[in-house]
Amino acid sequence: MPKLKVPSPPAPLQPKPKRPGKKTGPEGPVEHGHEATASTIGWIDERTSLSGAGRWMMFRKVPKGTNWFYTLGSATMFAFLSQAVTGVVLAMYYEPEPTRAYESIRRINNEVFLGELVHAMHKWGSTVMVILIFLHMGRTFFFGAYKYPRELNWVIGVVLLILTMTMSFTGYLLPFDQRSYWASIVGVNINGTGPLVGPYLSDFLRAGPYFGATTLSRFYAIHMMAVPGAIAALIGFHLYLVAKLGTTAPPWIRAEAPEATREEKVAA
Amino acid sequence: MPERKQPKSKYTTDRQIPGAFEGETVTRRRFMSGTGLAVGGIASAAFALPALGFALGPVFEEFDQPWQPVGKITEFGSDTYVARTITLVPEIGDAGKSTVFMRRFNPAVDTEDRDEYNEYIAVSSACMHLGCPVNYVSSSQRFICPCHGGVYDFVGKVAGGPPVRPLDRFYTRVRAGIVEIGPRFSVNSELQRFSPRDPGEPLDGVGQYLYPSTPDLRKLDTN
Repeated sequence: MPKLKVPSPPAPLQPKPKRPGKKTGPEGPVEHGHEATASTIGWIDERTSLSGAGRWMMFRKVPKGTNWFYTLGSATMFAFLSQAVTGVVLAMYYEPEPTRAYESIRRINNEVFLGELVHAMHKWGSTVMVILIFLHMGRTFFFGAYKYPRELNWVIGVVLLILTMTMSFTGYLLPFDQRSYWASIVGVNINGTGPLVGPYLSDFLRAGPYFGATTLSRFYAIHMMAVPGAIAALIGFHLYLVAKLGTTAPPWIRAEAPEATREEKVAA
Repeated sequence: MPERKQPKSKYTTDRQIPGAFEGETVTRRRFMSGTGLAVGGIASAAFALPALGFALGPVFEEFDQPWQPVGKITEFGSDTYVARTITLVPEIGDAGKSTVFMRRFNPAVDTEDRDEYNEYIAVSSACMHLGCPVNYVSSSQRFICPCHGGVYDFVGKVAGGPPVRPLDRFYTRVRAGIVEIGPRFSVNSELQRFSPRDPGEPLDGVGQYLYPSTPDLRKLDTN
């Protein structure tokens, strides 16, 4: 495989040619200020060599025919980032105790500044994320982008889908109104219908035989700590494989025959 | 054919490794990496195993189901149900409460053996499809679930819809003219008593083996 030529850094980051008649090096604070960005980035890069990784990630060759469908994965990731940020700030006001949870959500919606907006972003954003995942999955399927050598990335994507469903399930209980309470009871009992392990799984989810004092905090811990960490890590690996393996052309783009085997060349 | 490489001796002294001991078979590099992996594994297990046990603990811990009074014996007839609220989980408000439907044992409809625990029949309101709360509709003498259309007859056996077994029941006893409700138990379609199961888990046929009862909730030892 031919090695890609590493592109040079963008213009603002390149050292400027010296103007005629100027002394070497920056003179006053203004000149120092002009060079601050470049020198800060240079300082970090000298110690981490991250700029090569950044260019490897950002300046990739993409196949002919790449179109808007290829943005669905990034869109899903931004939906996740939105969920992460709004979730972190919701956690500043939410109380995961059975007697306090509903009241704290009511307070977020009615009293906290922008609370209704942030809560709604998190609530509707979860649906948006699930829809985007399925669109992204459909794009990958119909463009045949799951085939060799990208099978592992498909598998990681399926794990991410399951983790997102886990997020939806555990998050649904947290507002702790009638709908979320009974929906979670039904959901836990669906888990219990698995033969042999089902009864233990539902007891694990509830932390006991009944919906109990720690069921809510258990769902909360899974929702905001266990699963988001796994999702973030797997998105990283997913993206690494995308950058390493490259993207596929859409199925309607035909591969061009090499120069020598083209008919007009052979005939001549 | 190229000459086959002579297999290395398992003794480090034979392999001319500097500082090797007589009879030594494990190189120091190999010993160090093995030790490093073992120490890392032990250190990980030291935090992972307690954490796992901590999260799984409640599954194996016996759940407390105290007897609780629900009313005088005169409050319950034998031809209709009276709804009573009991507390399954204390100190979490309404989320820990549940409705039970109470009546006196009625020889005309109740076919099971009579003992000290079923003078009064206490039927759980948890639908045996997926756990929604059922209502007793007295005009049709049916229990009806609002979620997915489960229907049960007067004694709680499935009359229609998706439920997989009759409604669960609670042991009852009478103390000084007061009816008390105790632990829950599940029943199969012949109303035989089983240790409590979750909704959606059938008890007929192989069901009782496919869906074992869990250690946190068992039926009373009535023998």
